[in-house]
Amino acid sequence: MNFESILKNKKFEAIVIGGSAGSFTVITQILAELPQPFVLPIFMCLHRLKDKREGFKEALEIKSKIKIEEPDDKTLIQQNIAYLAPANYHMLIENKKMISLATTELVQFSRPSIDVMFESAADVYRDKLLAILLSGANKDGADGMRTIKERGGFTIIQDLNTCSMITMPEAALKITHIDLQLKPNQIPDFLRTLNHLILNEVL
Amino acid sequence: MFNRPDEEIIHIELEEITKLTDAIFTKYGYDFGNYAVSSFKRRILMVLKKYGLKSIDKLIQKILFEPSFFEQFVLDITVNTTEMFRDPTFYKALKQQVIPILATKPEFNVWHAACSTGEEVISLAILLDQEGILNKAKIYATDINHVVLQKAASAAFPVRNLDFYHENYAKTEFPGQLSDYYTIENGMMQFDKRLIQNVKFKHHDLARDVHFYKFDLILCRNVMIYFNQELQNRVFELLHNSLFMNGFLCLGAKESLIWCKIADKFETVNSHEKIFRKIKS
Ligand SMILES: C[S@@+](CC[C@H](N)C(=O)[O-])C[C@H]1O[C@@H](n2cnc3c(N)ncnc32)[C@H](O)[C@@H]1O
Repeated sequence: MNFESILKNKKFEAIVIGGSAGSFTVITQILAELPQPFVLPIFMCLHRLKDKREGFKEALEIKSKIKIEEPDDKTLIQQNIAYLAPANYHMLIENKKMISLATTELVQFSRPSIDVMFESAADVYRDKLLAILLSGANKDGADGMRTIKERGGFTIIQDLNTCSMITMPEAALKITHIDLQLKPNQIPDFLRTLNHLILNEVL
Repeated sequence: MFNRPDEEIIHIELEEITKLTDAIFTKYGYDFGNYAVSSFKRRILMVLKKYGLKSIDKLIQKILFEPSFFEQFVLDITVNTTEMFRDPTFYKALKQQVIPILATKPEFNVWHAACSTGEEVISLAILLDQEGILNKAKIYATDINHVVLQKAASAAFPVRNLDFYHENYAKTEFPGQLSDYYTIENGMMQFDKRLIQNVKFKHHDLARDVHFYKFDLILCRNVMIYFNQELQNRVFELLHNSLFMNGFLCLGAKESLIWCKIADKFETVNSHEKIFRKIKS
């Protein structure tokens, strides 16, 4: 696949990633192969056990090329950081400068919920948003992908053949247009190309 | 090819939110204009769905012409989720780092700002009681929402949360059992009213009302996350004015005052549990 031609004229400003059952190794690989410095902020919402507050971030951080942060409310957004939705809070993008948290009810049985994060990011970044939905065993994220598409964003799901649980990406595929299906090892390539293009201001 | 679901997604623009909050402010004096847009938008969408309204304009109409609907609307959009001993490690830290200082005073004042249905009030009262200083405390518990205040004053919580609250309690490693403090009545955990003997429940809007008393300890947890930065700054001023010098301010686990304008007027007592102390006037 020629990522350069796909990425032409796309002025992305942020990346959102959602994942659930079966996504841990994929997300680890993505983080491990990120180019340095990575110019776009990354927002991640990954399902996990409700009171597993500690440990998850650290596990992701072991191989990650960039810093991972579980933000406090109203944290200022910076480049080269991957923000991880903290346990038991929804993480929302308040505006292009800051993050908001909320403890509102579960969405799709989840808090943090991918839908909540995706929808808020879509409102803020519109057509400058890149969304990636990975393996998962529930339907969280599908509505969010639809909102992102309707707001002009770019939608990627993990190639269904490579998902250990297809429910989540498949749910998105059923209700909205998906721009690309990528295998786990293609996602870092895609992001590297993207980063390279932005750094060289080809975009 | 995908199938577009029948149900349309309603996209709300920022201007529409402003129109709505302006209308509410003009008619009712409630200031939602400085709530964090991202979560406020979600609440509004939820309300539109709940009442089958197709647009913000329809919602504004209904709010302006039906005061009783507006009351319900306030209930719907304010987030009341709370727990007993929410963040058990926070209560542990209170016990270790704050209580010993309060205990040296002949009497002290506590404010639960945005107390919701009162789980936090009872939780702290239990701790104060165990430390033998409950009778020295004068406690205010306030909220913007009259309905939750009424519930709070009953000191009774649904039994469906019983196991969860027991688990939280166990994590605090406080002595005894939570069940030492309540009996089951009509499907509710009815807490000993003695715990709220010194508590005044009172309506107070953090966005609009001024300070009304001075306190040694303020808990203002998990409400400011629903405010934008401008309103947060105003509320921090209000809380600062409401504290005695060396008084304690406790925020929610994921709230922070490092970005607020008057951050330098506080020192950090426990950064993980978000306990701060007023050091400058
Ligand atoms: C999520 S609850 C927090 C309850 C408790 N402090 C805790 O941490 O578990 C938030 C509460 O803030 C109240 N609230 C929202 N806006 C407010 C305002 N402007 N002034 C006072 N209370 C407000 C809501 O009615 C709700 O009861």
